[in-house]
Amino acid sequence: MLKDLNVDIKDGEFLTLVGPSGCGKSTLLRIIAGLEQQTSGDVLIDDKNVNKIRASERDLAMVFQSYALYPHLTVRRNLETPLRLRDYNSFERLPLIGNFSPNKKNKTESINQLVNKTSETLKISELLDRKPGQLSGGQRQRVALGRAMVREPVAFLMDEPLSNLDAALRVHMRSELSELHNSLKTTFVYVTHDQAEALTMSSRMAVMIDGNLLQLDTPQEVYDNPSSLSVAQFVGSPKINIFSGSSDSSGTVSFLNVSLKRKSLETNSKLNIGIRPEHLEITNQSDENTFSATVAYRENLGSDIFFHVNTEEGMSRIIVRGIPQLTHQISNGSKVNIKRVSDKALLFNQEGKRIKFNNA
Amino acid sequence: MQAKQYIGEGWKHSILIIGAIVVLLPFYMMVSMSLKSQQEIQSISGGLIGAQEVQTFPVCVKTGYSEETCTTKPYIYNYWFAFEKAPIPRYLMNGVIVTLSIFIIQVLVAMPCAYALAKLRFYGREFVFSMVLFCLLIPVHGIALPLYIMLAQAGLVDTYSALILPWTISVFGIFLMRQFFMTVPDELIDAARMDGMGEYSIVWKVMLPTAIPALLAFAIFSVVAHWNDYFWPRMVITGNRDLFTPPLGIREFRGGIDSDEFGPMMASIVTVTVPLIVAFIIAQKRFIEGITLTGMK
Repeated sequence: MLKDLNVDIKDGEFLTLVGPSGCGKSTLLRIIAGLEQQTSGDVLIDDKNVNKIRASERDLAMVFQSYALYPHLTVRRNLETPLRLRDYNSFERLPLIGNFSPNKKNKTESINQLVNKTSETLKISELLDRKPGQLSGGQRQRVALGRAMVREPVAFLMDEPLSNLDAALRVHMRSELSELHNSLKTTFVYVTHDQAEALTMSSRMAVMIDGNLLQLDTPQEVYDNPSSLSVAQFVGSPKINIFSGSSDSSGTVSFLNVSLKRKSLETNSKLNIGIRPEHLEITNQSDENTFSATVAYRENLGSDIFFHVNTEEGMSRIIVRGIPQLTHQISNGSKVNIKRVSDKALLFNQEGKRIKFNNA
Repeated sequence: MQAKQYIGEGWKHSILIIGAIVVLLPFYMMVSMSLKSQQEIQSISGGLIGAQEVQTFPVCVKTGYSEETCTTKPYIYNYWFAFEKAPIPRYLMNGVIVTLSIFIIQVLVAMPCAYALAKLRFYGREFVFSMVLFCLLIPVHGIALPLYIMLAQAGLVDTYSALILPWTISVFGIFLMRQFFMTVPDELIDAARMDGMGEYSIVWKVMLPTAIPALLAFAIFSVVAHWNDYFWPRMVITGNRDLFTPPLGIREFRGGIDSDEFGPMMASIVTVTVPLIVAFIIAQKRFIEGITLTGMK
């Protein structure tokens, strides 16, 4: 399912694996965790090959989408479980007679300290005696984080931890997770299908589609400089607009009735030109840099209005961002002229590969 | 509107009441007969508890007790004589030993099996599971004879082992628990693995506690079936009265040379049934939860 990929995760970074569902990002995470065995290749942690090491001994902690708390144990016991399994030996874990072990008391004390410290950091101290069933989604999320944190692992693995939360809480938890990452300074590997989460939280993001790693870079770089058409289309909301155009023998790129100033390195070929909605604007004048279109649907988000417009040729539906103050009087069905912001277009060839501009 | 509603509800209730009477009547008869004297039982008189006249019971005298001991109220006589005639506490204890041993071993076997069939990926899993389903179709009576011969060869006839061993692997239990485990999210098991639990720890420390409702439902099926079983104990317990289970014990009251006496017989049946009814009442809520949960009857 995963195709020959190589990811080098740096110490202490927040790396997001992002891609549409079924792209193999969760599988990759589970291979790192040791929950799944790779058919080929190696997993290295701190330059040590961990292929043969069991999940629990890789010193990683995982947070799951469904939280996966033990439903029959209190929050405190949920937090203690990984520590008990790590610190107590098998004799000390026995009920009753385990208590006779001389070291158990010290270990129990250190476990309690860790649990208390973690629950204070996450502000869940008052929930310690409840069962997971009595908690709200956000609280369960915190407990799940806590269970991962108590072990002080070398890295946190998170498999879509925010997907089960409602929209407002999700946005809130994004900032909390980022803060947590800043204070813990531990490596986070975060899997999500939500490109917004990837853009907002990560120090670097890896875009995966169909088992391939397409691009691994900072969010800004991925957004501004996508390596391929699929990455450009996946990252950014609303989606990037794609125009079909072509280049002539001198490398001049034209689409609709517009030509770009910069010249393509690939001459005499059909091209896809990608322009993000915020790099198009609605204007009154009509010249050789504008094209006209009809508004089909207007999406008002308050701070922005997105116009879904049909071009004259009826080639494609494109999305333009408008500033509310300037465009509020434009309604469905009106004809508008659309101008592009220069130097922002991205070129892709027919196979979806990025093509450079001549002067760039 | 109101009146119509009442009529509609009334219909439902009257049908349910008739159903309840059909089910409860035998129990009423059992309790009633255990309290009345032989004459009242045979003449179908005396209502629920009969006249409770002090009288001398001839069968008792014939058995060898003094006339003074045998002169008492019918309900006292029935229960006293039931316990005198057969070692009912011993039978009850045998019942407890057998049903509990069966249940515990069934759980010990069924939990890991069900876990493996539901959550582990291995070659041939579907085949093994279809074999489990296939075993559900085999009637006990069909394999009773070969089982008996095997136990006889092993010299186990007339032992507790003969009562317990054939039932220790419950395909129904494996099937029931497997269906329940299918509903437990995989992530919970992955979380346990990340925390450092081995597969056996997962079965006993994670799966078992989450499966309590299903397990209770299974407990009731298993305990009721083996507490009430007459067929199998009748086959493998041939002579030793110390190994009799309650249903075999009741058989002691079947009419002999000294005529049928229904009073003590019914008294013994009440004694044997009460533990089950009490257990059911205690576990009622959980039992219904378990049944609705699994969709089994």
